[in-house]
Amino acid sequence: MKRTAALVAVLALVGVTTWLVWPSAPGVRGQDQMITVVDGPADDQRVQIDTTFYPPPDAGKAPAVLLAHGFGGSKRSMREQAERLAGSGYAVLAWSARGFGRSTGEIALNSADYEVKDVKQLIDWLAKRPEVALDASGDPRVGIAGGSYGGAIALMTAAHDARVDAIVPQITWSDLADALFPDATGKGPENGVFKRMWAGIFFGRGGAGVPQGLEALTERPEPLTAEQARCGRFLPAICEIYQEVAKTGKATPEAVELLRKSSPISVAGQIKAPTLLVQGQRDSLFPLDHADANAKAIAAAGTPVSLAWFDGGHDGGDGEADWLYERTSAWFDHYLKNEGTTSPQAAEAGAASPAGTPVSAFTLTRDGGRDPGTRQRIRLHPEAAAYPGLGGTDVTDVALSGPEQHVVNPPGGSPASISTVPGVGSLLGGGQGGLSVSLDMPGQSAAFESAPLTQPLQLTGAPTAKIRVSGTGEVTLFAKLFDVPDSVQPPTLPAGLVAPLRVTIPEGAGSAEVTVRLPAVDHRFEIGHRLRLVVATTDMGYATPAEPAAYRVGLASPAVSIPTVATLAAPPAGIPWWVWAMPLAAILVAAAVLATGRTGRRPAPATAAGTSAVTPADVVGIVPAATPDAAPDSVPETVPSSVPESVPLDIRGLTKAYRNGELAVDGLSFRVEQGQVLGLLGPNGAGKTTTMRMMMGLIHPDGGEVRIFGEPVTPGAPVLSRLGSFVEGPGFLPHLSGRDNLHLYWAATGRPAADARFDEALEIAGLGTALERAVRTYSQGMRQRLAIAQAMLGLPDLLVLDEPTNGLDPPQIREMREVLKRYARDGRTVIVSSHLLAEVEQTCTHVVVMRRGRLVSAGPVSALLSSAVTTNGHGPRLEDVFLDLIGEKA
Amino acid sequence: MTAATGYSPRRTLPLRVEIVRQFKRRRTLGMFGLLLALPWILVIAFQLGPDGFGDQSSLRISDLATASGLNFAAFALSVSASFLLVVAVALFCGDTVASEANWSSLRYLLAAPVPRDRLLRQKLIVALGYSAAAVISLPLMALLAGTLAFGWADIQVPGTGETIPALDVLPRFGIVIGYAMVSQLVVAALAFLISTMTDSPLGAVGGAVGLWIVCTILQAVEALGALREFLPTFWNNAWIDALAPELDWSGMARGASVSVTYAAILIAIAFRRFRGKDVVS
Repeated sequence: MKRTAALVAVLALVGVTTWLVWPSAPGVRGQDQMITVVDGPADDQRVQIDTTFYPPPDAGKAPAVLLAHGFGGSKRSMREQAERLAGSGYAVLAWSARGFGRSTGEIALNSADYEVKDVKQLIDWLAKRPEVALDASGDPRVGIAGGSYGGAIALMTAAHDARVDAIVPQITWSDLADALFPDATGKGPENGVFKRMWAGIFFGRGGAGVPQGLEALTERPEPLTAEQARCGRFLPAICEIYQEVAKTGKATPEAVELLRKSSPISVAGQIKAPTLLVQGQRDSLFPLDHADANAKAIAAAGTPVSLAWFDGGHDGGDGEADWLYERTSAWFDHYLKNEGTTSPQAAEAGAASPAGTPVSAFTLTRDGGRDPGTRQRIRLHPEAAAYPGLGGTDVTDVALSGPEQHVVNPPGGSPASISTVPGVGSLLGGGQGGLSVSLDMPGQSAAFESAPLTQPLQLTGAPTAKIRVSGTGEVTLFAKLFDVPDSVQPPTLPAGLVAPLRVTIPEGAGSAEVTVRLPAVDHRFEIGHRLRLVVATTDMGYATPAEPAAYRVGLASPAVSIPTVATLAAPPAGIPWWVWAMPLAAILVAAAVLATGRTGRRPAPATAAGTSAVTPADVVGIVPAATPDAAPDSVPETVPSSVPESVPLDIRGLTKAYRNGELAVDGLSFRVEQGQVLGLLGPNGAGKTTTMRMMMGLIHPDGGEVRIFGEPVTPGAPVLSRLGSFVEGPGFLPHLSGRDNLHLYWAATGRPAADARFDEALEIAGLGTALERAVRTYSQGMRQRLAIAQAMLGLPDLLVLDEPTNGLDPPQIREMREVLKRYARDGRTVIVSSHLLAEVEQTCTHVVVMRRGRLVSAGPVSALLSSAVTTNGHGPRLEDVFLDLIGEKA
Repeated sequence: MTAATGYSPRRTLPLRVEIVRQFKRRRTLGMFGLLLALPWILVIAFQLGPDGFGDQSSLRISDLATASGLNFAAFALSVSASFLLVVAVALFCGDTVASEANWSSLRYLLAAPVPRDRLLRQKLIVALGYSAAAVISLPLMALLAGTLAFGWADIQVPGTGETIPALDVLPRFGIVIGYAMVSQLVVAALAFLISTMTDSPLGAVGGAVGLWIVCTILQAVEALGALREFLPTFWNNAWIDALAPELDWSGMARGASVSVTYAAILIAIAFRRFRGKDVVS
């Protein structure tokens, strides 16, 4: 148990040490500062921008990073990320954009006249900081990162300010008009369907912002003024245009123009800063095609662009904060610090990264199932060296079937189908493939289904389908592609995304064919699953006509084209090398442990003290007393190292020390000849039992050796099969009967049952019917007799009994005496240790007297007695001799 | 004549003898009784539970337990694998040598003589056999009890709710049981090692279970990161992958690797220590 405790302690120590030496980021303190900027179309509006500057931890100049917050956030929401970035050696400036937080001014939606001018002046401010590295005077080395609203300002600023050296815009838009008025037929926002709920959240909160998680529920909103309630902190022009379009649900040209002004797509060609675009796969506000549009526009100008589709977005998902941080810092380390590909991900990407970008051109996050250990979801990040676009590298056409179907638009557009509820996804924290709230109303949708897939299909990009819509006038429809498992489970709508489209059926034509680009997703359709294209007339998230109407929807082309990306290679997710190496190594170690242990402890050759006195011609067969002190140092070479087979027991120089170094047996030597009944005498602690244990091979001698019938005793030496033993009490399985114990013991020796001589042994035990009872019910005397019987099983040539008469009554003692005498008479040898000297005197032919581990005297009982001086008037008693020998006599 | 007639080290302590020696113990019978009774207790618990508990609206393994006999067996395994089976395995392997030392019968076996390596080997085989029987008997009895109580139907996968045909899943069940056995190898080896070091059978069982608990606690320390993968308990539930629609070996391979690694070294240490040990009990 000590060792167990030690093991636990070691484990605990390892744990604590690991925790202590685990790298921790140095502390970073932000400095709050109001920076006054001048902006507006005429550069005449003074705005106070609330900022926090996080200097790099080390002295000296470092590149700067501007961190922009999302809509409804403020510089405070960037604090954690800012501290982390500053800790890795950047001067970080987080600010509240105009109209947010404690900054003054009104929200102008990242307009070139307002927000972009503000940020340019923040860059001016950075250029004057002593901590910030400069490319040229007034031109700091600076990157911009941010999500959503903050991602757009990164793109817009990079387009308008050539001093920006790298940007990482996340979950942001390329064309705000397209985001709010999407049209899957590709006719642009003027033809788009109003994304009512998201737009409402975006504008309606007027600066209070998109509700984030539980905050939306727990934070009590501030009371608002009438103007605030109407427009919030928006620029009045923007507010009015929003109110106009929200009323009609149609994009006016003015609205499109205004939104385009705030859209990176109109200026993306001017961006020269290497751009890492990160877009969320769970995002119905700014879906993946916005990153696609941005990437194409920026790449067209020859600027390095990488794309990542991560598990996150405005609809929730995991967020992958750590992964995003690693990617972002890898990007900045490369372009701002000119460091090589330092991040582990980038190193992994190594071969796949083109033109020296620190991360692969295209990376996405896929569900990797559950971690077998923790049962947590794991994410894989396959990468491709080139961005294939939403059309994929290959296209698989999956045949769809289904007749033309009638669909109606309900009056008032209600009840509406549900695909995604904006703001709810993030609230519930729905992970990838987790929550699916899609619901179609009966009669409002047409469905076209494929046959079960015969092989898995990994959709990466935007599928396309061709449909025919029959009816009259303008038809608003929503196309979505479901994954239908072939069982009881409900169909899933990947990422909860729908493709809204507005079809205008020409007068008199009766029908129109349109090609629908379905939402871009990364989704795996498993074998046996079906693809189901659903075209619905309503969707809760969008504005739909209030007029009731009926149409027919059919397939114009009997297939849906599924883009796939063959070049996406997941980093090796197979079985790591240690799975094979570790057990093999362990088996080798185990083999080594066993092999070295085999030769570990062999008894030393019998050259210890006292052996010189041994001579085969010894008359009595017992070696006279010889103390180790008197023994000659050099043992004559002529002493035979082997002992004749006929000698039942030969002990030479036997030595055994206790753990504390005290000698339990100290250079003991004696020999027992055949036919003797030897009494082993000595006071308690003389080493009798230890000697007997060494005879049985239970204890390894420290020196000397024991030979039985000429064979050295080692643990498990076959010669021990000729030894019957009873040492230090009986040892039985308490739950078995006496008879079973004996039979099983004999069976354990592996010898033939006929050799056991059970009858003779049982006679000695004399247990009668008690033999059938469990041993645990026995008295001590019964166990004792059973143990002696066990020792005599097979009538061994040498019988070693330790205190055999303990617990026996006088008749049994007498009987035992006779048994032992008779036993030796048949040519066998008995060794008995006992305290009952009278008993020994009557039973034994020879005695060996031990004291403190040493041999004191040895010889025939008669010789011992005759050597003694007669005292007290009667003949010598062994007791007197014994007490005399051990020096206890008064 | 160096040995008694008919003596051969290779015939000592036959497995049959060791099995009989261990079988009649109350501890053995009690543990098997518990393992075989547990499924029935669970069945009764589910039957007595308030209605609507088994409405299957949720896809947790415990809620799916009453869906079919297979689901029930998976549930029974999942609730017992983390602790009950650990105790059972620790009992069979930790008790085996220590109890002989405790009864003093160890020295008579060694003096019989049963060579020490052979004694350990035979005892280890029998202890592992009893452990395996324990790991097998529980899910099999659960399968029987569950099928009688809840009928024979396809298995519904926890988490996703997908169904796998019952006949397809039966071999998977074999994999589950096999993996459960392999993953318990660490407990077995650890208990066996402690068993050779102490005279107290409950000390050996307790020591193994205690270390198991420590590992389970360490596993919850996320700061240890990937190091946790090398804790013997980390992959304990990887058998759930065998019941997923797509059989995934990677977790079980790692778990088996870790388990075999620890077990090989612990058992080697046990043999080496026992070989050179002074038996004084």
